[in-house]
Amino acid sequence: MVKQFLMNLLLAFTWVALTGVLSYSNFLFGFAIGFFLLWVMNRNESDHRYFTRVPKIIGFFLYFLYEMIRANVQVAYDLITPKFFMQPGIVKYPMNAKSDFEINLLSTVISLTPGTLILDVSEDRKVLYIHVMYLKDKDQFIQQIKDGFERRLLEIIR
Amino acid sequence: MISILIGLLCTIGAVAILIAAIGILRMPDFYLRLSVTVKAATLGGGLLLLSAAFYFPEEVSVTTKALAIIFFLTLTAPVAAHLIGRTAYFIGTEKWKGTVRDDLAGMYDKDTHQLSSGDATEGDSVSHPSS
Repeated sequence: MVKQFLMNLLLAFTWVALTGVLSYSNFLFGFAIGFFLLWVMNRNESDHRYFTRVPKIIGFFLYFLYEMIRANVQVAYDLITPKFFMQPGIVKYPMNAKSDFEINLLSTVISLTPGTLILDVSEDRKVLYIHVMYLKDKDQFIQQIKDGFERRLLEIIR
Repeated sequence: MISILIGLLCTIGAVAILIAAIGILRMPDFYLRLSVTVKAATLGGGLLLLSAAFYFPEEVSVTTKALAIIFFLTLTAPVAAHLIGRTAYFIGTEKWKGTVRDDLAGMYDKDTHQLSSGDATEGDSVSHPSS
């Protein structure tokens, strides 16, 4: 996993050195070519984790961007129209994330999505308290976070 | 082509910060104000920095600095918001009258500042896999 990532980085830097153009787009192109090469060479090996994880990271990033834009538009619409549609509330969210790193990443992602804000983590690290701006149904909201952010995040980390 | 992209990124970033400013004025209580400000400021600052990175495509150092600032901005802003929100709740800042639900009420130990998850007392909570 780490070995393949380092190999990929080495291939990307080799590509940059060979073409002689040091820019981010060229580096990313070299990284993509290196990824493809490693994927072709690795097809008969048993360890495929690196090659499923990189597309998942990109997918998570796109999903996060989509959620952020969607929620931002919702909040912005509520702000510039005279009437408030908000139903704020504080929800107890039981999380599956266990280690410090997982909790940190999950709470960062939740806090950065507009409309939701982490207020605190319980002492025994089982529960997050989230301040939600548009709370229609508590169970539906918990299910939405569980299926969306938490599942995708834990798939990447674990 | 690239100038259109830069213009779009700049405009969206500035509008995000403008909306955050309107949010500070219009939101009815402290938590909502905090909630609106942190994200929109992070998004707006990030987009402005990104447009700066696109404006100097030849300079790798500018892009690296812009990416580093975005990284640390997204890393630190939620932590600050978390601490401000926690402190505000702890000293009892009032909530808006339209607040529909408060699961955090009564969970703090006033002396030790410890926060319980409330699993032992509440029956309707979702069951966890044993840790």
